[in-house]
Amino acid sequence: MAKSIFIDTTRCTACRGCQVACKQWHDHEAVPTKQTGTHQNPPDLTPNNFKLVRFSEHKIEGRVHWLFFPEQCRHCLQPACKAASDSYVEGAIVVDEATGIVVCTEKTKELTAEQAQEVIDACPYNVPRLNEKTGELAKCDMCIDRVQAGLIPMCVKTCCTGTMNFGERADMLKLAEERLAKVQKEFPKAELLDAGDLAVIYLVSQPREMYHQYAQRELRPLNRADFLAGLTRPLRNILG
Amino acid sequence: MTQHWIDIKNANAILIMGSNAAEHHPISFKWVLKAKDAGAKVIHVDPKFSRTSARSDFHVPLRSGTDIAFMGGMVKYILEKDLIQKEYVVEYTNASFIVGDDYKFEDGLFSGYDPEKKKYDQKKWAFAKDENGVSKRDKTLQDPRCVYQLLKKHYERYNLDTVSSITGVSKENLLKVYEIYTATGKPDKAGTMMYALGWTQHSVGVQNIRLAAMVQLLLGNIGVAGGGVNALRGEPNVQGSTDHALLWHILPGYHGVPTTAWPTLDDYLKANTPATKDPKSVNWWQHRPKYMVSLLKGWFGDKATPENGFGYGLLPKAEPGVDYASMFMFDRMYAGKMKGGMIFGHNPCVSMPNTHKIRAAMQKLDWLVVGEVHDTETSSFWRDPSVDPKKIPTEVFLLPSCQRGEKDGTTSNSGRWHQWHHKGYEPAGQSKSMGWMVTEIMKRVRGLYEKDKGVFPEGILSHDWPKEYNADEMAMRINGQFTKDVTIKDKTYKKGDQVPGFALLQADGSTTSLNWLYCGCYPEAGKNLAKRRDLTQTPMQAKLGLFPNYTWAWPMNRRIIYNRASVDPQGKPFNPELPVILWEDGKWIGDIPDGPAPPMAMEKGTYPFIMHTEGHGQIFGPGRVDGPFPEHYEPAETPVAKNPFSSQMNNPCMKVAKSDKDLLAKPADPKYPIVLTTYSLTEHWCGGGDTRNTPYLLEAEPQLYVEMSHELAAEKGIKNGDPVVVESIRGKVEAIAMVTVRIVPFQVEGKTVHLIGMPFCFGWTTPGCGDATNRLTPSVGDPNTTIPEYKACLVNIRKADKVTELAI
Repeated sequence: MAKSIFIDTTRCTACRGCQVACKQWHDHEAVPTKQTGTHQNPPDLTPNNFKLVRFSEHKIEGRVHWLFFPEQCRHCLQPACKAASDSYVEGAIVVDEATGIVVCTEKTKELTAEQAQEVIDACPYNVPRLNEKTGELAKCDMCIDRVQAGLIPMCVKTCCTGTMNFGERADMLKLAEERLAKVQKEFPKAELLDAGDLAVIYLVSQPREMYHQYAQRELRPLNRADFLAGLTRPLRNILG
Repeated sequence: MTQHWIDIKNANAILIMGSNAAEHHPISFKWVLKAKDAGAKVIHVDPKFSRTSARSDFHVPLRSGTDIAFMGGMVKYILEKDLIQKEYVVEYTNASFIVGDDYKFEDGLFSGYDPEKKKYDQKKWAFAKDENGVSKRDKTLQDPRCVYQLLKKHYERYNLDTVSSITGVSKENLLKVYEIYTATGKPDKAGTMMYALGWTQHSVGVQNIRLAAMVQLLLGNIGVAGGGVNALRGEPNVQGSTDHALLWHILPGYHGVPTTAWPTLDDYLKANTPATKDPKSVNWWQHRPKYMVSLLKGWFGDKATPENGFGYGLLPKAEPGVDYASMFMFDRMYAGKMKGGMIFGHNPCVSMPNTHKIRAAMQKLDWLVVGEVHDTETSSFWRDPSVDPKKIPTEVFLLPSCQRGEKDGTTSNSGRWHQWHHKGYEPAGQSKSMGWMVTEIMKRVRGLYEKDKGVFPEGILSHDWPKEYNADEMAMRINGQFTKDVTIKDKTYKKGDQVPGFALLQADGSTTSLNWLYCGCYPEAGKNLAKRRDLTQTPMQAKLGLFPNYTWAWPMNRRIIYNRASVDPQGKPFNPELPVILWEDGKWIGDIPDGPAPPMAMEKGTYPFIMHTEGHGQIFGPGRVDGPFPEHYEPAETPVAKNPFSSQMNNPCMKVAKSDKDLLAKPADPKYPIVLTTYSLTEHWCGGGDTRNTPYLLEAEPQLYVEMSHELAAEKGIKNGDPVVVESIRGKVEAIAMVTVRIVPFQVEGKTVHLIGMPFCFGWTTPGCGDATNRLTPSVGDPNTTIPEYKACLVNIRKADKVTELAI
C-alpha cells in the first residue's frame, strides 16, 4: 500500500531532531558550515542532508511569525525527476511499487552532469542534489530500508511533537484533513500543500511563499525532459 | 518539578517564564502541545522570541532581570480582583498566619538588616505564637498583621504603570497575561509554571521562584493535576545530582552540610530537627535523625556506632558564613589558595562567569585532574591561545570518561522519575565510567594512608568503601539495608535485607540509606523499581497519565507532590474531573498521598504541606536569607539609574566576588548601555564539550552568534551576518550578528534599552567557532544559592574590523 508522510508544521519546534536523525541513519558526512545570521544550517539541502529544517521570520502587524519547514523530498505520485531521468537512463530513479517511495538508484551515476542538472531542474521543489564525489543524485529515500523492514522513517521516529507522521496514504490524508480543519479555526489561510499529487503532505498555517521559495511548486519552462514526461504520463496514470 | 512531564497536558494555562522549553526541553512540548490541543492557553514571557514563543499562543518580551516586578504585578492583580482560591488559601497556606511585631518592610529593606555583613537577622520575621507555641491565625484574613494583609501592602506598589515602566512590557500585555493566567484560580482549573535557568540565574533567582510558588498558592495550583511549580532541570540527571548532593551546601537527601557550629551529631540534630506543637502538622523533618543516622551508617558501616556519633566526627565541617560555592572556590583558586583539584564533567573555563578570571585561576594550580568525554577548554587551559604553555606550571591529568550509553546507571529526571539505563555497548578505548574513577582513585588513596598513615587517617580509612564500582550495588546501598535483625510492627527484617521504605529507617544504627528520599526504590533484592517499564494504570490514574508502574518516583513513588492540597478539607477533589487522590472507603486511591492520614477536617487529619514545620504553603517565607516576600531589585549591572520601587538598587544580600578581575559597570553606565542575556540552544549542551565534538550538531550550529534587534543593528551600522565585538567591563568576545525581528528594544523608565542575547556553549578548542561568552558575565550570585547572574549584565557592541576567534 502507498505510504505517506504528513508534516504538520504548526506543531514543529524546529528542534532539528529529524535533520540530525536523518543524517545518522544514512551515515552521512557532516558538512562544514558557518554562522551567517540564521539558525538554518546547512543553508540548503546537500547530498549529505536529505532533510533540512528551514527557518523564516516575519513581522506582520506587530506580530512575529517564525516559521519552520522541515524540508525533504515530496515523493511525488508522478515524479518529474523520474520522467526526466528515464529519458536518459531508464531506471536511474525508480518508484517502489509497494510503497510509492521515489528512490535515486546507483544508476543515476550514468547520467551526465548536464542530464543530472536537468533532472534537478525538473523537480518542482528543487530537491535532488548531485553528489560530486560519487556522481549520484541524492535525496530523501523515506528510509525505504526501514520501511521495508516494518519500521518508520527516522525523521518520524525521532519527532516528539507530532509534526512528523507516517503511515498508509489514506490514513495520512485523513489525519491531514482533520488537522487542517482544526488549524483553520485559528489560521483561516492554512492549507495542505499539493496533497493530491504528493506522498509527503505539508500542513502550513501561513501563505506558503512565507516559508521558503520551494514551499511553492515551481513550474519550469518545458524542456526536453518535461516534454518526454508529458508523453508518457497518461500511460503512467493508467498503471497507477 | 512538583509534577512530572506528562502532567503538563492537564493544565488549562501554561506560563513559560524563565525558560525556553521548546529548545532546551524539546520533549516538554509534546505535552505542552497536548494541553494546547485540549484548549489550554500557552504564554511565553521571555526577553526574546524563541522556538518556544513560536509554538505558544503569544509571546511577551520582558527586560531580563525584572521577573519579580512582572509577577509582583500579578499578585496585586489577584488580590485587587479577589481571584484567590479562597478555601485553599485560608486552609492550606499561611495567609492567615499572624506575623510577629518585629517584622517590618521599609524602602526596599526588611527588618533585621545588617549593612556591614549584608545579612538579615531572620528571627525578626517569625510568626506570632499562642500560649501553646502554635502559630496564631486569623482565618478571616482581616488582621492587619496577617500574611494576607502584609502581602497586599507589600505589592500595593506594583501597579501597572511602574511595572510596565521597569519591565518594558506594555500595560496591555501585562493585563493579557494576568487575566488569562489568573483565571486558573477557580477550583476546577489549573495553571502550570514552567521555568528553568532564566529564573534561577539572577541575583534574585531564588525569590523569582518563591514568587511563582506564591502565585500558585494564591490560585490553588499546587498539588493539583496540571498545576505546580515546575523546574525544567538542565540535563537528564541534574535532579539526581541535586538529590545526591552535588552541591557543597547539603549532604545527600537535603541535610545541611555540617559546620563547626555543630561539633557533635547531637548538636547537629538539635539545630536541624524542627518541632511543632500543632497536632495536625506532619512536620516531616522531625524524622531527620533517622535519615541522618542511616546516611552515616551507610557511609561508615561497622565503624559507625552510637558512641562515636555514627562517625559524624569524621565528616569535614564547613565554617559558618563561608561560601564554598564554585564561584567562590574559583575566587580562592585565583587568590592562590588552592594547590590542586579534580573537575569531573564540568567545563568551567567556558561555563563559569567571568571566564578570564577562571582561566587565570587555573594557572595557579600545581595539579589538575579532569574527567571528561572530550578534551575541553578546561583540560586544555594550559594551551589557551592567550597563554604560553611553557609558562604554565600546572600538571594536568585528563581521565577519559565513557558516555552514558556505555555504562549502567540511573537518571532522575525533572519529574523525579528514577530510571535505570542499561549499558548499550562497551566503553570506547580506555575510557571508564566516573563511578569507576572515583572508586579506584579513593582505593589507592586509602592504600597510601594504610601504608603511610598521615594526618587524620581515620577520616579516609573509616568508610565502608566498595571493592569495585558496581551500579547495581550502589543502587541497593542508596536505598538502604538493615544492619541487624529487626522486628517492626510484627514484621521481622533480617540483617542485610533491603529497607522497604523510608518510614522504616531508624536512628539507632539498625538501618543504612545513602539517601532517604530514594529509600523504597529498591525494596528487596532483585527488585530494582527503576527498571520498571509497566504502563498499566487504573482508569483514574490514566485520566491524568500518572503511570505509577513505570520506573519509580521519589518520594515513595508519589507522582504529584503536595497532592493532599488537591482535595478540600473534607477530602473532596477541588477538580472532580481530574482527581489526583480520592478518599474512598477509609483510604486514598489514585496517586500515593502525602501520608495515609484521613482528610484534614477529620479527626487525625493532617495539613497538606508536610515538609513545612507549620504544615502550610508559605506565602510568607521566613526561610530565605533575603526576605520573606520577593522584592524587585535590579541586576548587579543595570541600565536604569534608579529602582522605582525603593532606594535599594540591588539585592541587599547578593554575593559579589571581589578580586582585581571582578569589575562591575555602574548603573546606567553610558559605556555599557546594552543588556546582555546568555543562554543555551537546542543543538549544544552546556559548555559544549560534548556537542561541539558531535559533528552533526556542530554542522547545525557552528559558531557563536549574537541576536539583536533591527533597531540596534541600524544604530550600530551592523548587518545580519557581520562579525561583531561584544564588550563588557570584564572582557570582549567576537560573534556573528544575527539581526532579527525576534528581539525588540524596550522602553524602560522613559528611555530605550536594547537587549542582546548570546549562547555560551562555544570555546576555542573547536577551531573557528568562537570562544567563551562568559568572558563577559560577572561573578555575582544569588544570596541563597550563589548561582551566578548569567542572565543580565551590561555590554556594548560594535562591528569588528577583523576577527581572530571566528573562522569567516
